[in-house]
Amino acid sequence: MPAGTLYRGREGMWSWVAHRVTGVLIFFFLFVHVLDTALVRVSPEAYDDVVSTYKTPIVALLEYGLVAAILFHALNGLRVIAVDFWSKGPRYQKQMLWTVVGIWVVLMVGALYPVLGHAVRELFGS
Amino acid sequence: MSDTTLTKSDGTSGVGPVEGAPVYDVDNPAPYIEAPRKRTSKTPRSTRGNFEMAAWLFMRLSGVVLVVLVIGHLLIQLVLDGGVSKVGFAFVAGRWASPFWQGWDLLMLWLAMLHGANGLRTVINDYAERPQTRMWLKGLLYAATVFTVLLGTLVIFTFDPNIR
Repeated sequence: MPAGTLYRGREGMWSWVAHRVTGVLIFFFLFVHVLDTALVRVSPEAYDDVVSTYKTPIVALLEYGLVAAILFHALNGLRVIAVDFWSKGPRYQKQMLWTVVGIWVVLMVGALYPVLGHAVRELFGS
Repeated sequence: MSDTTLTKSDGTSGVGPVEGAPVYDVDNPAPYIEAPRKRTSKTPRSTRGNFEMAAWLFMRLSGVVLVVLVIGHLLIQLVLDGGVSKVGFAFVAGRWASPFWQGWDLLMLWLAMLHGANGLRTVINDYAERPQTRMWLKGLLYAATVFTVLLGTLVIFTFDPNIR
């Protein structure tokens, strides 16, 4: 670690880094997502055309990544609120981060089939 | 601690030994030191008001609401009833026939865009150091945010299921 850095490592810093990175990624997706939804004002064909790209296997993988980013940002955001407003929050911030990671892993396993199932069927036949 | 360096010629010490008798007493009171950040009549008036505190609070309040709105949205669009496969113009028309889902999407659009814009503002403030760079990045951010919020709002309110 370079001398004089403010970055302290461990759970506190890395959860903060992950919160930033996922937040920026989600914001850029949101911008694109409002634009693609706006195509419903152009024509049903234009909208269905762009939505069909959302159903391809590669974009399904990106959607799984989006779900991963959103779920982490949501769960860790609740942890940040607990750190800020719960009197014992700062003391339990590490335990709360590992709780967040645990719930996130369970939800990501649960999202595997619903989000990626159609892509697997398309690639390998049903 | 050596007495030779701290003891003045009259025998009293300016800096007392750690566990010795107090240097100051009733007849010889310590000088009054003002609190370092005390607001006085000379302190310049803050030009930002409580904006940063309001922004901080908004991130937490909107965050809680967004957890519900966005996870509900993900469940409807990507998980329930065949996942993303059923999404299309007809699906959107069916959902926006209900004022409830129009309101849901409108609130989600506004809260998510303002939450995200404020987050990106913080990131720009943290990493862009040159004033010119900060100004341009934030100008771009605010323009994109206003454009996206207005476009999305317009689409929700003017949606026409019989466009064709």
